[in-house]
Amino acid sequence: MIYWDLFLAFFIPNIIGYGGGPAIIPLIEAEVVGRYGWMTAQTFAETLALGNALPSPIATKMAGYVGYEVAGIGGAFIAVAATVLPSLLLMLGALGLLYRHRESPRVKRMSQWVRPVIAMMMAWLTLGFLLESLNTSGAVHTLIIGIVAAIALIRLKTHPAFVVIGALIYGGLFLG
Amino acid sequence: MKKQAIKKQGASGQLFWAFFRVGIFGFGGGPAMIPLVRAEVVTRHQWLTDEEFADVLAIGNTLPGPIATKMPGYIGYRVGGVTGCIAAVIAVIFPMIVAMIIMLGIFSRYRDVAWIRGMGQAVVPVVMVMMAQLTWDFFDKSQAALGWLASAVLAIIAAGLIYWLGIHPGWVVGAILVAALLQPTGTKKVEGSA
Repeated sequence: MIYWDLFLAFFIPNIIGYGGGPAIIPLIEAEVVGRYGWMTAQTFAETLALGNALPSPIATKMAGYVGYEVAGIGGAFIAVAATVLPSLLLMLGALGLLYRHRESPRVKRMSQWVRPVIAMMMAWLTLGFLLESLNTSGAVHTLIIGIVAAIALIRLKTHPAFVVIGALIYGGLFLG
Repeated sequence: MKKQAIKKQGASGQLFWAFFRVGIFGFGGGPAMIPLVRAEVVTRHQWLTDEEFADVLAIGNTLPGPIATKMPGYIGYRVGGVTGCIAAVIAVIFPMIVAMIIMLGIFSRYRDVAWIRGMGQAVVPVVMVMMAQLTWDFFDKSQAALGWLASAVLAIIAAGLIYWLGIHPGWVVGAILVAALLQPTGTKKVEGSA
């Protein structure tokens, strides 16, 4: 059942993903591209690029778009609900308990221990995008775009939206 | 709270516009949006004091999932009840979900056109760089908290389980969370195997 699959695909990453929305990206990729095959690495990358160029939280943008692509408005609704509701309901329902443990070393340790695993999955995803790009655009274009993007994003702190627009123009002119 | 007098109806409208602004001006994902939430909630509307805001943030961080929906949801509920909660969450997420669906929808309709496909291809290395940045950021924070060795050991064990043995990442991360929760405190962190 597609709605149930969609629910699980977004419920699982969000219930284990400590560290805010960006931490959830590699977990969502594992479901959407890896497990269910709803998207290719290429379309996932395109979605992520637009998602990073637009404001508002990344996890709900991804959920809304993927849900819509897979099963229409109902799918978008299910995927977004699976992203937002579990932790929000927990927060509203268990506020007193959470308040007492907000400085707890155990709770701090949970996000600390998960972080290297998320970092590793992010590295894996980075490698996947590299291979995908080498495969479709070739080494020269990958290198040019990658280096310019790295300088713009890391050195010059250019807004991601402008970097994405720059890449779109480059692609339209030279990769068509 | 300072403004207990506001009627719930009016509160939902105010909540909606406050978090609408957070949603459309908040670039860079949830954690980057926290200062904007603070500007609306503490500075502009005084729904929470600075201290309360810090508590809500700390409580939100004890839970998994995106922070930029937990905070609006909780603050919305506190200020305007269930309607306030719904208004705040929808305001922060809905506009850009619609924008994504429309823009990517147009894009994929013309995917057969060569130069449009080229545009999609060119974006992949950019996403690669963004993901590399996030990777570095997460690994750097993790080595600051756990040290290089424990971070690397955890990462390598998890990589083996997920990519070599093909175990679902949910089980691996879930096992680490349980281990972190159950491990007695006081002892220096021994790396938590999954």
